[in-house]
Amino acid sequence: MARTIVVTSGKGGVGKTTTSAAIAMGLARKGHRTVVIDFDVGLRNLDLVMGCERRVVYDLVNVIQGEANIRQALIRDKRCEELYVLPASQTRDKEALSKEGIGAILEQLSGDFEYIVCDSPAGIEKGATLAMYYADDAFVVTNPEVSSVRDSDRMLGILASKSRRAENNEEPIKEYLLLNRYSPKRVKVGEMLSVEDVQEILSMHLLGVIPESRSVLSSSNAGVPIILDEDSNAGQAYADVVARYLGEEVPHRFINDKKGLLGRLFGG
Amino acid sequence: MGLLDYFRASRRNSAAVAKDRLQILIAHERAERNSPSYLPLLQNELLAVVRKYVHVDHDAISVSLEQSDNQEILELNIVLPENGQAEHAHQR
Ligand SMILES: Nc1ncnc2c1ncn2[C@@H]1O[C@H](COP(=O)(O)OP(=O)(O)O)[C@@H](O)[C@H]1O
Ligand SMILES: [Mg+2]
Repeated sequence: MARTIVVTSGKGGVGKTTTSAAIAMGLARKGHRTVVIDFDVGLRNLDLVMGCERRVVYDLVNVIQGEANIRQALIRDKRCEELYVLPASQTRDKEALSKEGIGAILEQLSGDFEYIVCDSPAGIEKGATLAMYYADDAFVVTNPEVSSVRDSDRMLGILASKSRRAENNEEPIKEYLLLNRYSPKRVKVGEMLSVEDVQEILSMHLLGVIPESRSVLSSSNAGVPIILDEDSNAGQAYADVVARYLGEEVPHRFINDKKGLLGRLFGG
Repeated sequence: MGLLDYFRASRRNSAAVAKDRLQILIAHERAERNSPSYLPLLQNELLAVVRKYVHVDHDAISVSLEQSDNQEILELNIVLPENGQAEHAHQR
């Protein structure tokens, strides 16, 4: 039985796709057979961030509509053999996704994989609600910024009421806070909400803090999940997140501004 | 306090302001989310009744349910217009 993780946020552009690619790669590199699914039908981007955009033949909607089987649509990652990508379609409309169709796909994948990572689109419409419907765990990606925090709280409401677990009166979805684009320097001068602030407001379990990092853009430019950039702060922070999720005790890093002048000039 | 200090101080506060605003807003939105589904209906019907007698705006009535450990308090808030009395007399 696979464990299904939804990477969600409500607000767009906060780092869901970056996170999905990173943690899927991280789980796979730890030896867990993992598939990452792009639910952003119409705006697919996961394939680009994963660097497999030229290998897309069939997509999620093809499988739902019976035009391809799941094996034909899965793309095996070239860097890690435990990792597969199920891309979203670029052209079709969101209505092509159905609860039954997604349920059937997840059921099939569940036999072959240990983790199913669902990259949710922004908003609270069909793609987003379907991505979270079948989830066991939710990574709520939040930026330390008012509208992102508010939208994360809205997602908590939906996770608690509109999921399969909620409908069946099962144990609720486990919610984890992932604070992304954190800048300790700006927190220090009072320009940015701190980890403690966000945790206090949302009262969620903190899975990790990912620092603002220029490496994120350059690695997505290259189609390399940031977790593979082991020299970058963000890559290391994602590695910590995966380890923590798997139950290891890892202290939080990158929360305090203790870089020296040189680090500040050359780090990132 | 120099101008520079003023900007520094207000910038230093902006995260605190954000936190306060979010705490209030989110508490409000959570209460709304967790309120029973009949509340909006109750609110509309109450509004209709009040409007028979007083001209009030659509948003003049709020109904909320406060929950504490061992009791629930249904709070009904009606804001009457300044000239509510006059309108009332007029209608008769
Ligand atoms: N920690 C980070 N530091 C710097 N840039 C980031 C970070 N996380 C995400 N970004 C950038 O933010 C943008 C949106 O990220 P993305 O993962 O596509 O968000 P979403 O999927 O939530 O819309 C991208 O350009 C990405 O490179
Ligand atoms: Mg995305």
